[in-house]
Amino acid sequence: MTDRSRELVVSALARIEGESALRIVVSDGQVTDVQLRIYEPPRFFEAFLRGRQHTEVADITSRICGICPVAYQASAWQAIEAVCGIEPTEPISALRRLLYCGEWISSHALHIYMLHAPDFLGYPDVVAMARDHRAIVERGLRLKKAGNAVLETIGGRAIHPVNTRVGGFYRAPLPAELTSIAEKLRQALDDALATTAWVAGFDFPDYELDCDLLAVTKPDEYAIESGTVTSARGLTFPAQNFSAHVVEHQVPHSTALHATFDGRLFLTGPLARYTISSASLSPVARQAARAAGHGDTCRNPHRSIVVRAVEIVYAITEALRIIDSYERPDPAFIPVPPAAGEGHGVSEAPRGLLYHRYRLDQDGHIESAAIVPPTSQNQAAIEADLRRTAAARLQLPDAELTAACERTIRNYDPCISCSAHFLKLLIDRR
Amino acid sequence: MANAERGAANHGRPSLAVWKFASCDGCQLTLLDCEDELLALADQVQISHFLEASSQVLPGPYDLSLVEGSITTPADACRIKEVRAQSKVLVTIGACATAGGIQALRNFGDTDEFRSAVYASPQYIETLATSTAIGDHVSVDFELRGCPIDKGQLIELITAFLIGRKPNVPDTSVCTQCKRRGLTCVMVADGTPCLGPVTHAGCGALCPAVGRGCYGCFGPMTGANLPALTRQLRECGMTDLAVDLVFSTFNVGAPEFAGRGGGQ
Repeated sequence: MTDRSRELVVSALARIEGESALRIVVSDGQVTDVQLRIYEPPRFFEAFLRGRQHTEVADITSRICGICPVAYQASAWQAIEAVCGIEPTEPISALRRLLYCGEWISSHALHIYMLHAPDFLGYPDVVAMARDHRAIVERGLRLKKAGNAVLETIGGRAIHPVNTRVGGFYRAPLPAELTSIAEKLRQALDDALATTAWVAGFDFPDYELDCDLLAVTKPDEYAIESGTVTSARGLTFPAQNFSAHVVEHQVPHSTALHATFDGRLFLTGPLARYTISSASLSPVARQAARAAGHGDTCRNPHRSIVVRAVEIVYAITEALRIIDSYERPDPAFIPVPPAAGEGHGVSEAPRGLLYHRYRLDQDGHIESAAIVPPTSQNQAAIEADLRRTAAARLQLPDAELTAACERTIRNYDPCISCSAHFLKLLIDRR
Repeated sequence: MANAERGAANHGRPSLAVWKFASCDGCQLTLLDCEDELLALADQVQISHFLEASSQVLPGPYDLSLVEGSITTPADACRIKEVRAQSKVLVTIGACATAGGIQALRNFGDTDEFRSAVYASPQYIETLATSTAIGDHVSVDFELRGCPIDKGQLIELITAFLIGRKPNVPDTSVCTQCKRRGLTCVMVADGTPCLGPVTHAGCGALCPAVGRGCYGCFGPMTGANLPALTRQLRECGMTDLAVDLVFSTFNVGAPEFAGRGGGQ
């Protein structure tokens, strides 16, 4: 390329959840601006949640994201139960974790096979990939189906589960119902291990993020549905201190809000969870990670696909463990009488940390709501990576540079619907 | 693969396009959730435009367009007209597209205030004061209800389209499916408030199956008798405010439900 200035634009990014664009401005051989533009229309959840009853919130926040509705329910239950002084029983917590494992399996299988792997193998989509790799794609579909079977059995529906409520469940499944999903999960474990070995064979550029990482953690457990917040640099704080550390800023080019952690760039999601908590993975998942060439940490965003596969292995082993020691919650829920006050919830959506905060009046009506989705936390780190990706490849023609940038974005499994409160590619070479 | 090459691989198969407006992605995800049918379906139709699943975009016109989401921005109000112009058959999928979705609660509030409540610099946010159904902007050939839509109904719809018949998607109430499943009526037996008698069938009575009252996510059935159900809900102990809230969710923009609740 001989032109010294150019602008690249991708007006609608594909194979991500939601609507976004990318604009990169190159001037005199330097990347001068990178904007991950989120044009997903805003839906104003925090505004219309006000005045709703505390028992309705999780059904409403679920609708923020069809890919990770359980995450949006879980962070909401937690925050509201905290206000009302309710602690779920062990059997209810275990069943919630099992449900959430289903969402991890299903969402990660979707991302690995349908959105991400086509990048590594050079296909536009999973259907085209299936023409050459039918058995592999069928394996991915089986995995996804196994995750959905967990969601349907426990939640009553895979997308926007109906059997969940603040305080627990409407109906706790019978042990026999769980036995039938355990059979599917045992087959899925083989598929998950094969998936890990498959993606470990892809070509990964050498690259490591140097930003801080943030994940929900629990002692001796790979945290999913609740826990405290921990950074890779060793800071730990409870959910109620989240907004003292993570601050959202609005940027003009996006309906998503950008966030910083103690004023710095940071990342949440699989790389953060794995780097902070890999010691807590199940032995089978740890072994799968080692076989895939991973040590105790992973900061290479291209390798996030391997970490997702390891997390599927983990979610399956964890689901099987929970089913094995299942004690049917009785009662299926604890009543949650309204109380005035403020509550906070954090959980690990498949794509990263999800924080909710609600203030309730004494009748349980929502006075204020704040939701910080993983993608708006990650957006600044994604843009920083894009800047570096583009700067290192300025010699490429526009089409190839654009493709490299799109791959960079997919490494992070951004969920745009969640973040709009959240993307389009413009590359501007001047 | 070049566009022309893919087009040639079409072999006269009908083309399918999936479009997204303001929504959670859950209804288009339902198509990807058809794990057992997806590859067979891809043999029958040419998936020509489906941004969430493919970076390959083929030019229109499209034989079948599935439209998810509601119209909430001036740009989308224009875009849906382009989608209509490129689509031989246009089917709306899910409560956002058929009724405006949960985000239609803004229709009953103050959108400027909503914008200020969520964003520090609301002047950057371009939005309409309302969230409206696709059918309020362009003609729609068929509506598939639900928040989210039902996988079985989606497959039925596409199958019917492929062989040129009307989809078998009854517009009766959730009660009819509940009875067929042999479930005990939660309202009669337990006094649990349930919107089943006025709610469009399609989910297979998921909520009553777990002992929960239907919360209306498929929207109003044809000829729903809201006054009669409202009396029954009051008898179950619901306050007027609680009745308003229960109708003010994912289908609040549907006239029958808005008349009862309306987020007031």
